[in-house]
Amino acid sequence: MNKTREIVIPGEKIDNAKSVKAGYGTYEEDGKIFSKFVGIPKKSGDFISVIPLSGVYLPAINDKIIAIVKDVEKFGWILDINSPWNGFLSLSEGVDDYVDLKKVDLKRYFNKDDIIYTQVKEVRNGGDVQMTMKTSIARKLKGGVLIKITPSKVPRLIGKEGSMVNMIKEKTNTVICVGQNGIVWVSGENIKKAIKAIRTIDEKSHMFGLTDEISNLLS
Amino acid sequence: MGKTEQKMIANGKRLDGRGPLDLREIEMKVGVIPNANGSSYVRFGKTAVIAGVYGPRPLFPRFLRESDTGILKVRYNMIPFSVDDRKRPGPSRRETEISKVIRMAFEGNLFLKNYPQTGVNLYLEVIEADGSTRVTSINAASLALADAGVPMRDFVVGLSGGKIDGTLILDLNGLEDNNSDADMPMAVLPTKKEVTLLQMDGRMNPEELKDLIKHVIDASGAIYEKQAEALRKKYIE
Repeated sequence: MNKTREIVIPGEKIDNAKSVKAGYGTYEEDGKIFSKFVGIPKKSGDFISVIPLSGVYLPAINDKIIAIVKDVEKFGWILDINSPWNGFLSLSEGVDDYVDLKKVDLKRYFNKDDIIYTQVKEVRNGGDVQMTMKTSIARKLKGGVLIKITPSKVPRLIGKEGSMVNMIKEKTNTVICVGQNGIVWVSGENIKKAIKAIRTIDEKSHMFGLTDEISNLLS
Repeated sequence: MGKTEQKMIANGKRLDGRGPLDLREIEMKVGVIPNANGSSYVRFGKTAVIAGVYGPRPLFPRFLRESDTGILKVRYNMIPFSVDDRKRPGPSRRETEISKVIRMAFEGNLFLKNYPQTGVNLYLEVIEADGSTRVTSINAASLALADAGVPMRDFVVGLSGGKIDGTLILDLNGLEDNNSDADMPMAVLPTKKEVTLLQMDGRMNPEELKDLIKHVIDASGAIYEKQAEALRKKYIE
């Protein structure tokens, strides 16, 4: 149970550049590949990358994230997306119907502190993040509890084809929405147990046999 | 701690019983501040520093923002009770300067190109001062930055060297610092063997300087091992 994956630290040599290419979280120097983060090295195809064990969320196009409305502006909404930058949801991306700005208050659609499940439409240079609600998954989340986990550990929480998160959903009878920015929304029956499981995954993401431990914890 | 008339080196041993090139007892911990993105505690003998890293996060004041890169902001602070006589709170000339040299020791070592308009705040609080506080701060800072997940090229290891009674020594304590012929804080990238900080106060001849730089770089490997161990220990209980 306590067996952990190999952990590399910044500046540690991972591989030679001859056999593989430097992927995310690594850099190449003098024909060798080094890590940029404290993390777990992972080889996929020709590339070797390092999955960091900590750090902030960097928005990428088509990421499905959970955002909190921070401010209502004249032509859109400013969103807190748990990253160093704010997201912006413009009026045309947020609402489908025609809005007459003279008559309608934008608070009607999304007010401050509303929680929305949304998608990143565009990331421009200089930290300008544009969001969109014009996708099938996008919706407002009502009620429930928000918890934050390390963004890089989201894939571990979801598991292979959603196996891990589905297991938590089934065993605790909850609805769980996982944003790729590390915000998780939980609603339903046994919320406390579900949160405990999610926190355990966040803490022990680098260990082997995590699925068994979570299923023990839930049963 | 002022000057003493005592002999600083007797029978090849220093006042605290160390050999000339021995380091003090080292303690390192990671993740001591739960609300920070990354944090660390580093102690070298009686010198102790707590480091906290916040960010990358939106940078204020706004005019400091860079459109193509994130920046690093460092505050080195000595807590009033860290020294024998109470230190007046607030940044002094010395602290402002040390903040700047520490920032310069790290700047070229971080990859902040992916974080435009943001800043990484690094706070260094010296809670006990007994010589070599700036290099201890550098050790704490690199641990905290790595813990925060800020992309780094390499660790930065800080270590001070000096000359006392004609002998080259490493890791000066407060008393040795005040009575030395020369003292030289250095920051080294341990796996690349590059130097990012070198200051010197006092007199040494060129041969001694070259020797001392070599000694510091050689000894930095041992501190790097300790840092790596402290970081891994956070995840392997």
